[in-house]
Amino acid sequence: MSFRLDAVGVVHPNGQRALAALSLAAMAGERVAVIGPSGAGKTTLLRVLGAALRPAEGDVRVLDAAPWDSSAGALKALRARIGTVHQAPPIAPRLRVVTAVLSGRLGRWSTARALRSLLHPSDIEGAHEVMSRLALEDRLFERCDRLSGGQFQRVGVARALYQRPDLLLADEPVSALDPTLADATLGALVAQGEATGATLVASLHAVDLALRWFPRIVGLREGRVAFDRPATEVTPALLQALYASEGGPATQAPPPPGSDAMPGLPGLPAAADARGLRSVCR
Amino acid sequence: MNTATASRAPRVDPQARRRLATTLAALVVAWPMLVLSDFQPWRLFDRDSLAVLGGFLGAFLPPETAPDFLRLLARATLETLAMATAGTALAFAIGAPLAILGTRALSISRIGPGPLRWRGAALRQMVRSLLMVLRAIPEIVWALLFVRALGLGPAAGVLALAITYGGMLGKVYAEILESTDTRPARALLEGGGGRLAALCYGLLPSTAQELVSYTVYRWECAVRASVVMGFVGAGGLGQLMDQSMKMLNGGEASSILLVFLGLVLLADLLSTFLRRLFA
Amino acid sequence: MNAERRPLPALPARPAPCLRCRVVLLAVLAAVVASFVYLGLGFGALLSAESLGHMGRFVAEFFPPDLAPDFLRKVGTGALQTLAVSALGTLLAALAGMLLALPASGRAGRPARRMARFTLNVLRSVPELVWAAVMVLAAGIGPFAGALALALHTTGVLGRLFGETLENVPPEPEAALALSGAGPVAAFAYASLPLALPQWVAYTLYRWEMNIRMAAVLGFVGGGGLGQLLYFHLSIFQQAQAMTVLIAMFAIVAVVDAASARLRRGLGPAYA
Repeated sequence: MSFRLDAVGVVHPNGQRALAALSLAAMAGERVAVIGPSGAGKTTLLRVLGAALRPAEGDVRVLDAAPWDSSAGALKALRARIGTVHQAPPIAPRLRVVTAVLSGRLGRWSTARALRSLLHPSDIEGAHEVMSRLALEDRLFERCDRLSGGQFQRVGVARALYQRPDLLLADEPVSALDPTLADATLGALVAQGEATGATLVASLHAVDLALRWFPRIVGLREGRVAFDRPATEVTPALLQALYASEGGPATQAPPPPGSDAMPGLPGLPAAADARGLRSVCR
Repeated sequence: MNTATASRAPRVDPQARRRLATTLAALVVAWPMLVLSDFQPWRLFDRDSLAVLGGFLGAFLPPETAPDFLRLLARATLETLAMATAGTALAFAIGAPLAILGTRALSISRIGPGPLRWRGAALRQMVRSLLMVLRAIPEIVWALLFVRALGLGPAAGVLALAITYGGMLGKVYAEILESTDTRPARALLEGGGGRLAALCYGLLPSTAQELVSYTVYRWECAVRASVVMGFVGAGGLGQLMDQSMKMLNGGEASSILLVFLGLVLLADLLSTFLRRLFA
Repeated sequence: MNAERRPLPALPARPAPCLRCRVVLLAVLAAVVASFVYLGLGFGALLSAESLGHMGRFVAEFFPPDLAPDFLRKVGTGALQTLAVSALGTLLAALAGMLLALPASGRAGRPARRMARFTLNVLRSVPELVWAAVMVLAAGIGPFAGALALALHTTGVLGRLFGETLENVPPEPEAALALSGAGPVAAFAYASLPLALPQWVAYTLYRWEMNIRMAAVLGFVGGGGLGQLLYFHLSIFQQAQAMTVLIAMFAIVAVVDAASARLRRGLGPAYA
């Protein structure tokens, strides 16, 4: 059993309900796609699965452990077995790609090895192998802020792949990629799942991709499971009902022109507080 | 997906060599730096100096409160405040006229441009250079020189502040005047008005607050600088603290230090109050 | 014309005068006058012919500056010593500041934050010269005391700035790493440090530039370098030598100003 959620409920700090009495379970090695309109709770669901968010109600068991009843050490070990691909990779822009990818295994490395790797990357081969699966191996030693948006998103995927987790969670992992690349990247994620026996759970807004790559589709709507079926049994009527508020399901369209800028992180607010620097009046 | 390139790709970190070289260079530079600055941290734990320092710091509590000393302290505090205020006032007397001479916002020859524009530009450049020279030497150096010339006492400090802070005030005033909207002033100059009228009616209304704010901030700095200059003989709290420390009197030193920190805090509050008043 | 003239409309009432402004202005003027009176600065006596002549003679003794090669070598060593003192002091301060910035940014809880900030404030508030006077007791007269004094004061300045930078760093990268099981040190080093480091380096370089000026001056209380040379030669009334040292001080500051302007335009290298 890879994970099991029982009547999980999450309420945002601002009072809005994100998940309502949601129950979901999966066996090891399954491939599940989570689809639904914006605000349905897909990201929240993935965060609960990743032991990142403690639900207010309900029971969570991930990888045969109860994350919120474990000690800090056990929780850390559990998290090292869970990999997350974020929609906007939370990676410091000045990091080189090789270091960003290698940071996937920080959960397993000792602190000494981690710090040494900053000076000289300790597993260039491994990083290179992962990057070649995503057709990015020639960018291995570049700075992340010199990449296009699509390339940067793939670095986030590479990091999760390098981690070799037992549970791979992907939150909109291909949103910045054109259809061909999106297809190929999902293929790499699926291949990893099959090779390592990991469970793959991905939230996607492009329903055609979901239907193509995932044998099991979970439709989320307003924090509840609208349906949980094999991909072959998902009918257009079901989809229409799911996406009713958005006027119908979406497909993976190429990103609009000009969106090649890096997604994600705001930089630091600009320069010094001059008074603070001049604190002794010069 | 590319499988063909997988075997050929470079497996060496291209940055590795450069990092090694930089580290070696840093070590090569660090060695003379440590030697020149006499870096011997074990000296800090040398028994004699620890005893001296310990005795001094140990005497910090309780701070000295004998009435004679407190009277001395009060006088020194007033002297420091007076030095800072007089110095800033003189600095204003030096800096403000220089700023008016040196600012492009009040240049008549630039309108048009008029005749002899190069003369105006040359004059402004000279004024700017003068202001830079005034600022270049730290005020404490001037203080030391003036103490040698005029003897111990606050006069040296006042003159030192006047010179350096005059340079700073002049530069910043000129920049403030130029950074605001200069059209009102220009309109007055174009209409044949004099420079002072253009200043008072055209520039001051929009810049007065910033000018005052910076002047008050400089006064606050002057209070700190006055204490520092006292260490070379310019009177005030600094000279008192120098004397106490030379006699290793920890109690007196801590009283003076407390008064200094309080003074700095008060100056900060006063400066905030004044700046908010003129907002 | 004798046509009816409409009476002029009454003038609007005068706005109330800003009484507070006038009072404050008067108070400031009074304070300035009082200062001059209190100090007893007899500017009359100062500008008298005799005193001006005295000053003139004093200034004349500074020229020509002593340019003997032996002495120039000494001044050169002094200048290098000043640079070394400023570099060592700033470097130590940067390291200590980074250490103190961690609790000061709130990463170790509120009480630690308050204590760290208090320490940094105390370090900052005491002027470098006062620190130097204390450090001379601890480490003896010489450049090491100056370096320590600079380090102590600058730690207060840099520590606070570093802490503020850390507070503004987006927390997502470090959180994401912690979520994949990374330990706190590793997560910090791979996520928040690369975000903060460029700003930290900029602050440090800027502060080093200011510290060079300060290092030159710390010699007055025994902190080595050009300051100590200047103080020494002035105390034995060797004005010509003092002039050489002054020129050297001026030259160092000018060179540093020019160099830093050029360096600041360069881009930084990759982090790791």
